[in-house]
Amino acid sequence: MLEIKNLHVSLEEEDKQILKGVDLTVEAGKVHAIMGPNGSGKSTLSYVLSGRDGYEVTDGEALLNGEDLLEMEPEERAAAGVFLAFQYPVEIPGVGNMTFLRTAVNAQRKARGEEEMSAAEFLKVIREKAKALKIDADMLKRPVNVGFSGGEKKRNEILQMAMLEPKMCILDETDSGLDVDAMKLVAEGVNALRDEGRGFLVITHYQRLLDHIKPDVVHIMAGGRIVKTGGPELALEVEQNGYADILAEVA
Amino acid sequence: MANPAVKQDPLAARIEGLTLPDGAGWANDARGAALSRLTAMGLPRKRDEYWKYSDPTTLNAPEAPRAGLFVTDEAMPFSDTDRLKIVFVDGVYDAEASDDLAMEGVEIERLSDALARDIHWARDHYGVLETRGQTPVERPLAALNTAFATDGVVIRATGKAAKPISLIYLHKSETSDAILHHLVKVEEGASVTVLENGPAAARFSKCMEVEVADGGQFHHIRAQGRDHERRASTHMFARLGQESVYKSFTLTVNGILTRNEQVVEITGDNAVAHIAGAALGDGATGAFHHDDTVFVTHDAVDCESRQVFKKVLRNGAEGVFQGKILVKPHAQKTDGYQLSQSLLLDEDSSFQAKPELEIYADDVQCSHGSTTGAIDEEALFYLRSRGVPEGAATDLLVLAFLAEAIDEIEDESLREDILTRLQGWLDRHRG
Repeated sequence: MLEIKNLHVSLEEEDKQILKGVDLTVEAGKVHAIMGPNGSGKSTLSYVLSGRDGYEVTDGEALLNGEDLLEMEPEERAAAGVFLAFQYPVEIPGVGNMTFLRTAVNAQRKARGEEEMSAAEFLKVIREKAKALKIDADMLKRPVNVGFSGGEKKRNEILQMAMLEPKMCILDETDSGLDVDAMKLVAEGVNALRDEGRGFLVITHYQRLLDHIKPDVVHIMAGGRIVKTGGPELALEVEQNGYADILAEVA
Repeated sequence: MANPAVKQDPLAARIEGLTLPDGAGWANDARGAALSRLTAMGLPRKRDEYWKYSDPTTLNAPEAPRAGLFVTDEAMPFSDTDRLKIVFVDGVYDAEASDDLAMEGVEIERLSDALARDIHWARDHYGVLETRGQTPVERPLAALNTAFATDGVVIRATGKAAKPISLIYLHKSETSDAILHHLVKVEEGASVTVLENGPAAARFSKCMEVEVADGGQFHHIRAQGRDHERRASTHMFARLGQESVYKSFTLTVNGILTRNEQVVEITGDNAVAHIAGAALGDGATGAFHHDDTVFVTHDAVDCESRQVFKKVLRNGAEGVFQGKILVKPHAQKTDGYQLSQSLLLDEDSSFQAKPELEIYADDVQCSHGSTTGAIDEEALFYLRSRGVPEGAATDLLVLAFLAEAIDEIEDESLREDILTRLQGWLDRHRG
C-alpha cells in the first residue's frame, strides 16, 4: 500500500534536516503505529505524505500502490486515497461543514472519473455516519470546525475519513486533547473503518490510544529515522520505560 | 471669451461640451444653483483629501476615454426576477426596451418630464440631498451631475411597490459619456426595491437622491460589472425618517475606475441604514480600481447603521475604502458598525482604507474594523488535503470571506442571483 524508502526531508525556510532516511512499508489491511519523542519527525512525515508546503524532499521516495506520491498535488494525493487526520484541524469560518464535505467527496469522485453523489444520497450517508460519531445536525451545519471543542474537531476528522473512504489513513496525534470517552468514540470510528483494503498509520506519543486501536506493527521514530520496529508489545515497553531505554539500546 | 493664450481652466474645459437642459423655472434654478456650487468647489483634484487614493483625472477630462465593450452570452443579472424594467442605452432612456411605467404602489416618470412641469413634487427634492451632502465633504462631481444630468427617473412610492424597479444601463457606444440623475421619494409607510445593473457608458455619472419618510423602506441591489474599461462615478444621497429602513448592496466586478459614494443622513429616531458592498477585481483582465466612499450621519436617537465592505483583489487590482460614521451630540443610543476588509490574492494588489468615527454623543455603541489579508494557507491546505482542487478551494474561501457582505441582501432570490454572478466571475478568473 504505502512504501517509504530512504526519505530525507528538510525545511524549506531554514537549512534544517528533519527526516534522515525513513524506511517504512504499510500493507493493506494493517495498522502501523509510529511512536517517538517530541521533535523526532513524526508530524513532518505526515505532512510530507499529504503534500503540505514548506518541506523539501532531498532524497528518497514515497509510493502509494506504486504511484509516486511526492509528485502529486495535495488534492491528487487525496483522490489517490491518502487521508491525513490533522493534529490541529483547521477552522474555516464561512464554509459550512456539510458544503465542505460534499464538495470534497464529489471533487474526489470527479478526479477518479466516478459519478458524483447526489444531494439526497449524500445527506442519507452523512447522517448515518455522523450518528455513529455522535455528531449532531447542528455541527454539520456550522462552519468547518469553528467553535468546535477539541473532541468535536477530532470526531469531525473521523467523519471526514468515513465519508471519503481513503485507502491510506494517517492519523496525526488524534488522541491529543481528548478525554477517555472522546478517545473511545474516535477509536471506535477508526476501528469501524478497518478493512482489508485499507492501511493505517497511527502517529501517537502515548500507548493509550493503541489500547483502543490495536496496531499490527509498532515503529519507534527518533532523530528523523525509524530506529526500532516490533509488535504491539513495543508500545507497552515505551509506556513502562519511556523512550530512553530504547534510544540507548539503538544508539 | 477666454483668452486662447491662457491655459483654459479644467472646469471650463470639462463643462464646455455640456448644456444645461431646459425645463420648468424651478428646475432651471436648481440646475443653475448646482452649477454655482460646482464652480465654487472646482473639480476634484488628486491632492484633495477625499481623492488621495483615486485619481479623478479621467473623470475630469473633457471627453470620456474610450471603453471597449464586453461581449458575452451570459444573461444579465436579475433576468429571472419579476420586475419593472427601465432601460437606458448609453445614458438615454429607451422607451421601446422599457416596460410600461405604471405600477401599483409607485408613480414613475422620466426625469425630463418631471423637471418640465411647473408643479411637481420633485421641486422640493431635485438637488436637495445632494446639496446637503456637500457638507462637510465636498463632492463636486455630484453637483456637476445635478447641473447637467440629461436623463433619469423620478420614483414616488406611495404604498408597497408591486415589483422591484429595475434600472438597466446598456453600453453600446465606445465613447459614450452618460449623466443620469434619479429621485426616489418613499412616502410614509411605503416601500420600494430598486435594482441597478449594467456598465451604462464609457464614462458614467449617476446620482440618486433617496428620501425615505417615516416608516418607509428602501431596498437597493446593484450589480456593476462586465466592461473592463468603463469608468463610473456614482452617488447615493439618502435621508431617513423615523423608523425607516435603507438597505443598499453593491456587487462590483471589473471596471478600470469605479467610485461609489454613499451619503446617508439619519434624521428620524429608530431608523436603520445598512450599506454593503462586495468588489472583485482581477488586474490580469484589465486594470481595476474600486473606491467605496461612505458617510453616515446619525442625527437622531436609537438608530442603527452598518457598513460592510469586502474586496477581493488579484493581479494588481486596487481597492479603496473611505468610510465615516458621524454621531451628532443628541444622537444617543446609536448603534454604529463599520467593517472594511480586503483579501489580497497576491502581492501585486493593494487596498487603502480610511475608517473614521466622529462621535459627539456619550451613550453610543460604535465599532469599526479594517483588515487586509491574504488567503489563509492553512485553510487552503486543509481543503486541498480533502481533495478539493486549489482553484475550487480558493473560491470556497473567497465566498466565505464575502459572506458577511452578501448576507446583507435580505431577499433570498436576489441574494442567489448575486451569488450566481459571483460564481460566474470566479469561474472566469481562476488564478
